[in-house]
Amino acid sequence: MKLPSYPLPDARGRYGPFGGRYVPETLIPALEELTEAYLHYKNDPSFLAEYAHYLRTYVGRPSPLYFAENLTRHLGGAKIYLKREDLNHTGAHKINNTLGQALLCKRMGKKRVIAETGAGQHGVSVATVAALMGLECVVYQGAEDMRRQALNVFRMKLLGAEVRPVESGTRTLKDATNEAIRDWVTNVRDSFYIIGSVVGPHPYPMMARDFQSIVGEEIKAQLREAEGRENPDAVIACVGGGSNAIGVFAPFAYQEERPRLIGVEAAGHGAASGLHSLSIGAGRKGVLHGAMMYLLYDDDGQIRPAHSVSAGLDYPGVGPEHSYYAEAGLAEYVGITDEEALEGFRLLCRLEGIIPALESAHAIAYAAKLAPEMEPEQVIVINLSGRGDKDVVEVMRIMEGGAA
Amino acid sequence: MTTREAFARAKAEGRAALIPYVMAGYPSRGADLELVKQVLPYADLLEVGLPYSDPLGDGPVIQRASEVALRQGIRVADVAAFVREIRALTEKPLFLMTYLNPVLAVGPERFFQMFKEAGASGLILPDLPPDEDPELVALAQGMGLETTFLLAPTSTEARIRTVAPYCTGFVYTVSVTGVTGVRDRLPEGLPELVGRIRRFTGAPVAIGFGVSNRATARQAAQAADGAVVASALIRAHEEGRGLVEVLKEVQAGLVGAPGPVH
Ligand SMILES: Cc1ncc(COP(=O)(O)O)c(C=O)c1O
Repeated sequence: MKLPSYPLPDARGRYGPFGGRYVPETLIPALEELTEAYLHYKNDPSFLAEYAHYLRTYVGRPSPLYFAENLTRHLGGAKIYLKREDLNHTGAHKINNTLGQALLCKRMGKKRVIAETGAGQHGVSVATVAALMGLECVVYQGAEDMRRQALNVFRMKLLGAEVRPVESGTRTLKDATNEAIRDWVTNVRDSFYIIGSVVGPHPYPMMARDFQSIVGEEIKAQLREAEGRENPDAVIACVGGGSNAIGVFAPFAYQEERPRLIGVEAAGHGAASGLHSLSIGAGRKGVLHGAMMYLLYDDDGQIRPAHSVSAGLDYPGVGPEHSYYAEAGLAEYVGITDEEALEGFRLLCRLEGIIPALESAHAIAYAAKLAPEMEPEQVIVINLSGRGDKDVVEVMRIMEGGAA
Repeated sequence: MTTREAFARAKAEGRAALIPYVMAGYPSRGADLELVKQVLPYADLLEVGLPYSDPLGDGPVIQRASEVALRQGIRVADVAAFVREIRALTEKPLFLMTYLNPVLAVGPERFFQMFKEAGASGLILPDLPPDEDPELVALAQGMGLETTFLLAPTSTEARIRTVAPYCTGFVYTVSVTGVTGVRDRLPEGLPELVGRIRRFTGAPVAIGFGVSNRATARQAAQAADGAVVASALIRAHEEGRGLVEVLKEVQAGLVGAPGPVH
């Protein structure tokens, strides 16, 4: 296996104006060291063989590309394929990245990993690879999120991780990320920070993208087999920080012949309500967690809390490479409300017997709008980033009349 | 009074400069100025914090203070007004400590203009390594604001060489690999770190993060030209103790006998 080389970022970790390293100076040498180590190991045959080995035998790659015939017939337009990241070990795409970073951590001789988590998906995934690699693991989670996601907290503990509640700010993902960065600033010499998405200071967005790009590369090979062509007509993925989306966008984005790349942000209660996670749709350029990106903030630059029915999309920023794609027109970004996402969730359950993560349900819901407008010989690939087991309790609560 | 003069005067008096930190809107609108009045007599320079929603370089004490201030609805314009009020009380150098996003949100030119007019002497930008945005730094300097950046125990020679020339005010040397907070002792090795920094700049060097008592102040004074005291002051206020008690202790570490500097 190979890890990809894309034209961006530049040597300073920039995607046009986005990205960079806006962090306390204490971390700069560590980021330089990490960049150097990553650039070395990404071409190291024994590192790549180890990564490939675990992807195949532990994660279960390649994940299937499934032709969703019932959904296709129901919507009456383009052929819809689902890239089944929900079938990965731990139930989402996250592990492609956490596994790669944990292996890198081991090669760099660090014994302790730090992570932030919102709903707990990334935290579980980091706790999992930490158990596998024998690494000490500390996960920061907002106190409010810990209460809402008690099961994932217990999962992390079962896996041997220490979960530390974060009481500052809004007590959710962005504050957990601040706290993880503070831990890293303090323990930078012996700890490795595993960020959960394509956000954070360079080289994180690049590393997470490279580790996730295997998803898009597999799609090309699988589509060649299924349809006799590598390029679908449209690729749809939900966008929180943007890691599952970049994994299926980047392999196509820099080609001359590009499918439509459509990132679906969480519109929550609607753009006008102020309760949403439309970082690209309603945000402005700003700096959070070490990178310049599209971001939700008020007139004074104070970060605005995001909202989504899906905890994994509930983040006020979006990765620098997506920010660049949006500005350069390489990809389109749209919004799907909580209500529409729940409809997408139900649709996939009923028609295909697949319970999607609420995050992924946003991508389903947008495909349900787009497919009928397309021709039957056209092909849409949806990145089904995760399974919905983690969400069934929440969906039950909402279906029984609770507020999203 | 210029920054260089403030440091030089302290030095002439056999002291390292004392740089207390106050935050706009903490503990409340109006009461923030009361804290300023308490600390000013002991200050050679003053650091004024702009409360921010996501202060990732700060420990729990300053985080709490930021939340208190933001709950009062403190806006950037209020912080500028606060600086103006302080300027009416003193000639001493005033450095605004702000994270980058508020600067970007207001617009760098307008932001710098606001604070220059209010009477700020310079800026401290803890999440902007200056080489990330040299144009922004040049803009601030061109508008008459001094700029101060952080260096840390982890800083390599290459980083020191890069960052030091951007520090036209003073160099803010972070004492520990960590975030702001109260500490009983600072790590050994500060004189060595400051020595490495001085090879690349003639600007005054201050130690910050953790200076809170006589022992830590002494360690700072033995290594550098000044010390920033932040979390210890806020914590003293939280605990209902007088700020003056902390300032006297710190001053005793920076010098010989305690007492107001002016
Ligand atoms: C299943 C699933 N999809 C998507 C996301 C959103 O993250 P990203 O945008 O980085 O893919 C998450 C985050 O927790 C997730 O668990």
